[in-house]
Amino acid sequence: MIVAEQKPLEEIRNLIQGAEKVLVVGCGTCVTVCFSGGEKEAGILASAVRMASRVDGRPQQVAHAVVQRQCEWEYIDAVRDQVREADLVVSLGCGVGVQALAERFPDKIVVPGLNTVFMGMPVEQGVWSERCQACGDCLLGLTGGVCPIARCSKQLLNGPCGGSVNGHCEINADTDCAWQLIYDRLKAQGRLELLLEIQPPKDWRTSRDGGPRKIVREDLRLNPTGSI
Amino acid sequence: MGELGFEPRIVALCCHFCAYAAADLAGALRLQYPDSIHVVKIPCTGDLDVRDVLAAFESGADGVMVAGCMEGDCHYQTGNLRARKRVERTQQVLAEAGVGGERIRMYNLSSAMGGRWAEVAREMDAHIRQLGPSPLRRTAQQSAGER
Repeated sequence: MIVAEQKPLEEIRNLIQGAEKVLVVGCGTCVTVCFSGGEKEAGILASAVRMASRVDGRPQQVAHAVVQRQCEWEYIDAVRDQVREADLVVSLGCGVGVQALAERFPDKIVVPGLNTVFMGMPVEQGVWSERCQACGDCLLGLTGGVCPIARCSKQLLNGPCGGSVNGHCEINADTDCAWQLIYDRLKAQGRLELLLEIQPPKDWRTSRDGGPRKIVREDLRLNPTGSI
Repeated sequence: MGELGFEPRIVALCCHFCAYAAADLAGALRLQYPDSIHVVKIPCTGDLDVRDVLAAFESGADGVMVAGCMEGDCHYQTGNLRARKRVERTQQVLAEAGVGGERIRMYNLSSAMGGRWAEVAREMDAHIRQLGPSPLRRTAQQSAGER
């Protein structure tokens, strides 16, 4: 899932300065699950902004709405009327959601309420950890299901660096050494010989390094009239 | 603007099993406590919704007290522990909004503690009187005064 966290209230208030009618739009998917942009968080933010603006003597009207997913046109069309009534929209979606809203409603000012941080998962309730960097050429089959691109600070492909101490990364004592995890996993599975094969330098062209990416599936496209 | 005539409005969110029962016992014992306290029963403080607390302040409350079972004795095991964390989070939101994080407090007591209920009610009333009306009430009054 995409993991994001809410911007500080002060930063959000600066972004919405001057707007009289604000709409906070939440998203029911990833940001709900990481408790940063769902129904509750949108309601809390709307309330906090209303209260803060009243205390400052310049009350703002702040409504909130949530869509199932902010990254699909059909879903965001559901809030078209509410967007129309607002001067400014605060998106509590991930970066994709903010841009989708901005593109669908180009005459509206759309600002982000979240900082989108990484793709990851809740390893326990309240703790989210990075797991994938969308490199476009998944090598998890070679590393026992632990990703050295996302989880090794140096993105090494052939074992740990000299900074791996007691299973932790030298940059942070709380960060596991990905290669320690890979070694332990493959050893437990009796597949250490996978590590004997030296991996060549990664071809980063499939990653963001190759420019913004796009996938086209001709078999799924509809022709302009909507028929197959 | 003077503070004369400031009667605090305090919402008390009380869990069904302990705090509400304690408040009820205080009533049965005819113990006196300030009428600034408006009791609202919730099944467990673990059910506390931050939005309800914020709505109380937006509607003119000067303070909110969340009262639950003693830690370790929550009827639902950990509801009151979740509530404590949620109250701390709400204090942060209220502080950032300029309303004041000290306007929400959590208390723990058992259903037998009628006396303690009256005591915390008096304590919360005194605390809010000392803080004065919520800035949200003050601004409404100020605007009314300026007209």
